Amino acid sequence: MDGALLEILPSIILEGLLVGSVYAMIALGYTMVYGVLGLINFAHSEVFMIGAVTGVEVFRYLSPHIENPFTLLVVAIVTAGFVSGATAVTIERLAYRPLRRRGYTNRLVPLITAIGISFFLQDLVRLIEGLWHGEFYMNYPSHAELEHTLVLPLDMTLQVKGLITIVVTLLMLAGLWFLVKRTRLGKAIRAVAQDATTASLMGVNPDSIIARTFFIGGFLGGVAGVLFGVLYTQVNPFCGFIPGIKAFTAAVLGGIGSIPGAMIGGVILGQLETLGGFYLPFFTNGAVGTEYKDVFGFVILVLLLLCRPQGIFGKAQKDKV
Amino acid sequence: MPDPASSPLLDVKDLCVCYGKVEALRGISFHILPGEIVTLIGANGAGKSTTLRTLSGLLAPRAGQILFRGAPIGGRPPHDLAAQGLIHVPEGRRIFPRLSVDENLDMGGYLERDAASSLRRKEEVFALFPRLAERRRQDGGTLSGGEQQMLAIGRALMQNPTLLLLDEPTLGLAPVLVEVIFTTIVNLNKAGKTILLVEQNAWHALQIAHRGYVLQTGQVEMEGPARTLADNPSVKESYLGGG
Repeated sequence: MDGALLEILPSIILEGLLVGSVYAMIALGYTMVYGVLGLINFAHSEVFMIGAVTGVEVFRYLSPHIENPFTLLVVAIVTAGFVSGATAVTIERLAYRPLRRRGYTNRLVPLITAIGISFFLQDLVRLIEGLWHGEFYMNYPSHAELEHTLVLPLDMTLQVKGLITIVVTLLMLAGLWFLVKRTRLGKAIRAVAQDATTASLMGVNPDSIIARTFFIGGFLGGVAGVLFGVLYTQVNPFCGFIPGIKAFTAAVLGGIGSIPGAMIGGVILGQLETLGGFYLPFFTNGAVGTEYKDVFGFVILVLLLLCRPQGIFGKAQKDKV
Repeated sequence: MPDPASSPLLDVKDLCVCYGKVEALRGISFHILPGEIVTLIGANGAGKSTTLRTLSGLLAPRAGQILFRGAPIGGRPPHDLAAQGLIHVPEGRRIFPRLSVDENLDMGGYLERDAASSLRRKEEVFALFPRLAERRRQDGGTLSGGEQQMLAIGRALMQNPTLLLLDEPTLGLAPVLVEVIFTTIVNLNKAGKTILLVEQNAWHALQIAHRGYVLQTGQVEMEGPARTLADNPSVKESYLGGG
């Protein structure tokens, strides 16, 4: 391999970690809801998008009042987390819970519902934001302090906003880990995921645990939305789709339902995609360009479903009778 | 011994429960006095588990009345009834397989907001079943059947039950463990717990119970003091394996 290509490898890996950490945070929303309800909440990509859009609004309205971009970013992250969390809880309350009450047995019903919610939320955001026609783009303002490039050992470069993304992701993951493993709510979430009926005999109200699970997943999705917006600077009402599908791939890769699986699946997918996107053009003499990096993620999803459908951390499930 | 003059802790009147169009309970009535062990015996499909599942709120009654401490509870959700001290140890033990023994017990103490009394109860459970203390860091799913049953009972004790509903606590256990479980039930009762016991091992259940009800196809066929039932020829023939 060309020496120059090898030299840039650490930077590529860092970039992959950045992308992967955003995927990981979104993937947690899929995996946690799947854990407690056994359904894939495909509307989670819109929960993420709403976080990204909320971030734009916070920057727009508070920029004149808050000088420091770091403070602004923290406010945006927290606000988007709560807005997305509330959105996720509302989706559960208005769409999934009524279906659950009716005792659906067909998995297609919640799936189709999720797709309907996605369309509804995309157009709701268009309506609220007054995006009637055209390109629908909304921009995150650029701040020199956030764009500043740091030079790390091994000639790795990283923008400040990238460093913030990685730090925030690690904090969120550590917080989630603590919540799920050590707290009363975390034990109840795991108990409901394993056996909701028996948990109810312990005095746990499964509906309230399910709602809180949606909130936590939605919160992480909203935070990921702001970080995504800050990294890529442009968002729109449809920007949840691709990251959402990729995060879903990451969750399946790690083993859907598994929290460490979602984290590691996200990072692996981010790495493969970035490495593939960067090096493939060189190995194929430009026949396959960087624009194929998205294909990479989905090829992985297809291979995985063929070879190891339960994912890295998942356990093979027997059909329930 | 229970005081026969006291008012019932649980009073069930003309209870009907259906699964879809199938009537599982067809108007059963029974009561439990504070401090009693009452057993429900009967063949498979007689409605024993259905009765317990209705009492703990997992099933809703079609008709009839359930009074717990004098108040109607029929149709209340399970988590609400658990908070009132009506604790159900379900058939098949239903341990959380990927929670540790400790965490399973913590789930039993979910509603106890006072950490000190939770801790004290856990120590009591470990004193009762030292085996659980040895395995406290292990996942519930890795325990043997007998250990899981101990954990299921221990988890229920963490809830400080007023009325303990035990569904087939010795099913599938080795004879020596059956003895351990029955001795535990007697000791819990002596310590003041009121118990409703459903058992396929009718002979054994009648040995430790104060009173019993024989269920057949969703109806109470016979009732009385446990001794009397154990000596009844038709009970002997149908449920005690010999006549």
